[in-house]
Amino acid sequence: MINYLPILILFIIAVGFAVTNIGLSAILGPRRPTREKLTPYECGIEPVGTARERFSVKFYLIAMLFVVFDIEVIFLYPWAVVFKSLKLFGFIEMLTFIGIMLVCYFYIWKRGGLEWD
Amino acid sequence: MINASIMTFNILNILPILVLAGFGMIVLVTDVLSSRKWVNRNILAYISLIGIIIAAVLTRSSTGTTLFSFNESFVTDNYSLFFNFIFLLCAGLTILISHNYIKREDINYGEYYALILFSTIGMMLMASGADLLNIYIGLEVMSISIYILTGFKRSKLISNEASLKYFLLGAFATGFLLYGISLTYGTTGAINLKQIASFIAEKGGMSDPLMVIGMGLLIVGLGFKVASVPFHAWVPDVYEGAPTPVTAFMSVGPKAAGFAAFLRIFLTAFGSSHLEWQKIIYILAILTMTLGNVSALSQTNIKRMLAYSSIAHAGYLLIALVSANDMGVSATLFYVLAYIFMNIGAFAIIIVLSRKGDECIQINDYAGLGFKHPLLAIAMTLFMLSMAGVPPMAGFVGKFYIFSAAIKSGYIGLAIIAVINSVISVYYYLRITVIMYMKEPAREFVPLTISPLMVAAIVISVVGTLQLGIFPSKVMEIAQRSILMMR
Amino acid sequence: MEVYLFYIVATIAVCTGVYLIFEKNPVFSALYLIQTMVCIAVLYILLEAQFIAAVQMIVYAGAIMVLFLFVIMLLNLNIGQEKKDALPYQKIPAILIGIALFAVLCIVLKSKLLQGKQGEYTTAYINNVGNTKLLGNLLFTDYLLPFEITSVLLFVAAIGAIMLAKRKI
Repeated sequence: MINYLPILILFIIAVGFAVTNIGLSAILGPRRPTREKLTPYECGIEPVGTARERFSVKFYLIAMLFVVFDIEVIFLYPWAVVFKSLKLFGFIEMLTFIGIMLVCYFYIWKRGGLEWD
Repeated sequence: MINASIMTFNILNILPILVLAGFGMIVLVTDVLSSRKWVNRNILAYISLIGIIIAAVLTRSSTGTTLFSFNESFVTDNYSLFFNFIFLLCAGLTILISHNYIKREDINYGEYYALILFSTIGMMLMASGADLLNIYIGLEVMSISIYILTGFKRSKLISNEASLKYFLLGAFATGFLLYGISLTYGTTGAINLKQIASFIAEKGGMSDPLMVIGMGLLIVGLGFKVASVPFHAWVPDVYEGAPTPVTAFMSVGPKAAGFAAFLRIFLTAFGSSHLEWQKIIYILAILTMTLGNVSALSQTNIKRMLAYSSIAHAGYLLIALVSANDMGVSATLFYVLAYIFMNIGAFAIIIVLSRKGDECIQINDYAGLGFKHPLLAIAMTLFMLSMAGVPPMAGFVGKFYIFSAAIKSGYIGLAIIAVINSVISVYYYLRITVIMYMKEPAREFVPLTISPLMVAAIVISVVGTLQLGIFPSKVMEIAQRSILMMR
Repeated sequence: MEVYLFYIVATIAVCTGVYLIFEKNPVFSALYLIQTMVCIAVLYILLEAQFIAAVQMIVYAGAIMVLFLFVIMLLNLNIGQEKKDALPYQKIPAILIGIALFAVLCIVLKSKLLQGKQGEYTTAYINNVGNTKLLGNLLFTDYLLPFEITSVLLFVAAIGAIMLAKRKI
């Protein structure tokens, strides 16, 4: 457990830094809000409508496909760790798994799942 | 250090599963390449049928043995092989009845067949799983495929709604099941059914309340899959919204798979403490039968009626589980097989009568069918009589075996309630027959186009229903040899 | 020390879980869910399951939460829009049953019956071999079949995403 001490320290520093800075600017900074200052981009183009637009379902599709292949990659890590002791058996095993996922990828590709139509 | 023990690795046992997975992928790849000249989308159904036949032959070749493989997590015995046959038959019949339907509805995608094959893999894994992990993964593969199939009519709102409903409720049910599995694992330290059984036997029953809660959650999860009351709320809407062949598939396949897992888990892992769970299942069985049959009485939509009827049939099958004897197991096998023939047959007739944009699913639409299309009406009558349990149909014999199993275990009250329920069910099944023959046609029947595949499906269903009803002994013998060997 | 850490992290996890339910803005709910996931990852580390902790962070707190946020944006639920309670009769029984289940769990915990079977791997053994190595060895030998079927499961999930979420096929 002692190995995680640096992570804990880093975590505390990160949180402390953020809290200190936001807190200081909230306490010390002068505040004179005007209409212009409160727009999202003070020096940018005029906002058109609200930012609360509905997202397209296309984003969801990409995210879903990402999750599928993310999980595939996760399995590779423990496999790589034990690869030497499993020898050829483990290799064939992972080849089957990757092979099925490759067919899956081919299917997605040919179906146009990766296109932004 | 660990030595990587290359365990009891027997690829022959999972060969049917591998074949189905391979053919599922072949179907998909063929479909995505079908923009080319040399591929025709119409062959996809035949490719899938070939896959199913090969898997069935491979299944047949390994009967009569009990083999554990993959660290004792996968078992090939007569019980799982019988169920594998049931699943393959169900998938095959579904493909036969859907070929024309999905072309007509413009949903002729290779994914349709691939998902049917993949969900069959899941069902086979559920029937053969000897540990809770395999059963769970099989259940997930099966369920997710069927959620997608339910929403397969992408442009129809009712289909989308059904898919979403089924998915959300199904995900909750899976959560219950997983929680049950984890509590069971937490108390027994094992996911292997045999090890769980020996742990319980050592402790002399379910002394641990966590164990009891885990078992209860398992009942919830599996009860949802087999559509037992009070976990049935999704059934009518989902059955109505799904494409009709998918409704046929999911009213049989997942139910059979659910019961395969139910029997396997409760008779082997929790077998020694059956007095505890029998009480719960007893009440569930009565509720399921009664609510299914009573609600079916007032339906005007034939798909919803068959949905409630499928709930009622789940209730009859739960009786076999309550009896918890060898006869109950073989009766379940027989009944599920009979149910496939009569239920898919009935849905096949519904599909034949429907047209694009006009599902023709009101019961009154069937008025006068007996004069216009006598053969179809006779087939429909047969299926309805069989579901009602009128001799000499398959349904009667199945019910007879189940009720005898209950009586053999001393549940005479339950058997009487079941018989009363059967009598109630005769009303709504016969109503369709009466409407077909006694009422004037309310609408024009356009000339029907029946594809040869559909004819094959209906003929197989009719022959199956009559064969199991008139000569049940041969199949029953096989079923009796297929009782659980794990004890 | 580890016990204290457990209590701190578990308290945070429960609190964020409660906030997650009662928060009106769904995006904030999602953020609370991320916090809960992170706390659970810390609990996994306390159980010497480092690999699972990493997976929890990468897959759940990372990928799946992005998916959740996309769904929230897709639905574009209006903040502060009170829905009419569609099931008013379920409220009281639901609360009562929830309390009952909680009470049962408390009784079980208090009665010291929560003594499941001891696993065969002790902490010292796991630390000696390495968590990931142990897991890999089990996953790729004993649990080979579920692992391979997982690829079919992922395949089915991809088909589902394409079939149900893609406009043109």
